Amino acid sequence: MSTHILMPALSPTMTEGKLARWLKKVGDEVHAGDVIAEIETDKATMEVEAVDEGRLAQILVPEGAEGVAVNTPIAVLGADGEGVSSAPVQPAAPKTAAPFEAAKPVAAAVAAVETDWGATKSITVREALRDAMAAELRADDRVFLLGEEVAQYQGAYKISQGLLDEFGPRRIIDTPITEHGFAGLAVGAAMNGLKPIVEFMTFNFAMQAIDQIINSAAKTLYMSGGQMGCPIVFRGPNGAASRVAAQHSQCYASWYAHCPGLKVVAPWSAADAKGLLRAAIRDPNPVIFLENEILYGQHFECPVDEQFVLPIGRARIERVGTDVTLVAFSIMVGVALKAADALAEQGISAEVINLRSLRPLDIDTVVASVRKTTRIVTVEEGWPFAGIGAEINMQVIEQCFDWLDAPPARVHGLDVPLPYAANLEKLALPQPDWVVNAVKKLI
Amino acid sequence: MAQAAEARKRGKARTGLSEEDLLRAYHDMLLIRRFEEKAGQLYGMGLIGGFCHLYIGQEAVVVGLQMALKPGDQVITSYRDHGHMLATGMEARGVMAELTGRAGGYSRGKGGSMHMFSKEKNFFGGHGIVGAQVSLGTGLAFSNFYRGNDHVCLTYFGEGASNQGQVYESFNLAALMKLPVVYVIENNRYGMGTSVERASASHELWKNGAPWGIPGAQVDGMDVEAVHQAGVAAVAHCRAGSGPFLLEMQTYRYRGHSMSDPAKYRTREEVEKMRSERDCIEHARARLAELGADEAAIKRIDDEVKRVVQDAADFAQSSPEPDPAELWTDVLVEG
Repeated sequence: MSTHILMPALSPTMTEGKLARWLKKVGDEVHAGDVIAEIETDKATMEVEAVDEGRLAQILVPEGAEGVAVNTPIAVLGADGEGVSSAPVQPAAPKTAAPFEAAKPVAAAVAAVETDWGATKSITVREALRDAMAAELRADDRVFLLGEEVAQYQGAYKISQGLLDEFGPRRIIDTPITEHGFAGLAVGAAMNGLKPIVEFMTFNFAMQAIDQIINSAAKTLYMSGGQMGCPIVFRGPNGAASRVAAQHSQCYASWYAHCPGLKVVAPWSAADAKGLLRAAIRDPNPVIFLENEILYGQHFECPVDEQFVLPIGRARIERVGTDVTLVAFSIMVGVALKAADALAEQGISAEVINLRSLRPLDIDTVVASVRKTTRIVTVEEGWPFAGIGAEINMQVIEQCFDWLDAPPARVHGLDVPLPYAANLEKLALPQPDWVVNAVKKLI
Repeated sequence: MAQAAEARKRGKARTGLSEEDLLRAYHDMLLIRRFEEKAGQLYGMGLIGGFCHLYIGQEAVVVGLQMALKPGDQVITSYRDHGHMLATGMEARGVMAELTGRAGGYSRGKGGSMHMFSKEKNFFGGHGIVGAQVSLGTGLAFSNFYRGNDHVCLTYFGEGASNQGQVYESFNLAALMKLPVVYVIENNRYGMGTSVERASASHELWKNGAPWGIPGAQVDGMDVEAVHQAGVAAVAHCRAGSGPFLLEMQTYRYRGHSMSDPAKYRTREEVEKMRSERDCIEHARARLAELGADEAAIKRIDDEVKRVVQDAADFAQSSPEPDPAELWTDVLVEG
């Protein structure tokens, strides 16, 4: 029995790619897990691993072929003894997914190979965000920044420092304190083809504008049958800062990640911040960009390449491990890494995944990791009920049930409004030892 | 401000449209009236579902104002939007097929009565959250300002929406930045079942922009010529870079708020009185007679409108339902 090897979807948004290189030739023996080809998407070069075993009977799409649609047969895998041939045939028309099937096929065991961007230097997350905006403002006149104190004050958190000087008041626009109004204004401008970056002084204040974000920005493309989109970025600090109490300390990740029509990004490092913000500004869809005030001043290595950009929808494995998978985003990536250090001292090897994007969610990377480690602990600052951890763990149960050696676990902020008192605040927010304890219950 | 004063004056004065323009206005108003009557009929037959807000009675507002625009100007409104779409020149077929939820509709059946758009005609919806389109329209005007062109955005909302907070946030932003937006309050006297007197402490809605220095005018919205003249002045004010303008159109809807509204909040006599004494289409007919327009020309318009509406209704019933695969398209722009 021969089977077709199909062009895999290597990212949630990938529809086609280039077959860059065959690493096996006709007649070669193939085992499950062997890397058989390299595929270039618009975002990265990735390796394709065989899922089945057999002998490579036929190559259907030659090296160098571009625009190969996802799900196109690219090769035939035959059982031993079956005839081999290298005659390329016309790729079959891509199969369209039946509408009621689960949305995306799981690309099992696809390793995410990140583009090597070369030399790096140490910069703060604050500088990374500013540099990303400056680069995109230079590249595209449709891009502008508006929000409270973004221009003359140079940003409430100094993220827009220097932008007014370079780009002037036409493109760096101070608004009155009127989130509902200026968010709606920006959405209207985006519907007419401009590319606004809306800075919320914090995402807590975006609650005033959430109707425009969900009902207008996220739904218009669908309601208009694809006629009218909304290329816009809503960005600002999200989650707890330090001692600012309940109304200024909430994680909105699960609120926005819940909604189709939005993309939701939550960077941790300076490289995340720069690469993902550039991608968000270029994206033709509304993007919620959740920053973190405490991270603004932290230094990270960041590529210096002027073209540096990261794909939305790909997670990053920050630390490779074998015993448990820790899944985190934003500031909690640092907490998970500290926990992994502590676990290593106790002889437990933790793999740490930095999600980077929450919608689309790179569940494939999580699934591949959990199938390897057989255990998962999610780490988030937000509340547990219907949170990001709840969603990830449910998807892991759906896709890794037979691989799991322990129930999925989650670490999260306590289910209370965040208190002001220093000791109480610390008690309410996830600490590395919470993660360590959660892992030790599983092993 | 001189222009504002002039607009107010002209809003009340009657200098009139040419016979040719008045015939065009008559055509457009009649098309909306007959279209909406047909939509009501199809709703009753179960061919249109959900919410359906008819525009019958208010036709002079959109027709008169549209005639004050030039190509490239934008229009945005709320969910009582069929009239606005037809006035901008969108096809009756595509609008009606959207009402019946068919593939031939402007949103391919995914928007319905409240959510249609046309890039080609610069019609930006079609919005179901009361007042939201006011901020969006301000943003459309901002895009003109940003690009440095002289286009204007007509932003329609009802007197009910005029109590929403974001309307005043938008007034402030538009006045600060001098954005080219004409805010049009279609005061049809009832926000669903609540009369304007019970909902608004302000009784002169055209003055609601005054704290921000936005000039305004109150206009007889049942008289297409008065509407047109007020629109010309307001649009000129915006095009000249003088900032936003506010028009209060005094109008009336003959039907309920939506199809399911029994309209117990007003008397039958009140509706009858408006219909018989103030109807915009009858009024235009009388004016055409005064101008000595050819009866045959009017008859031709009546026949033409009837044919277009019947064709739209036929199309809306014969167009197929959207393919199930449409469920998953247009959630995000791919690529």
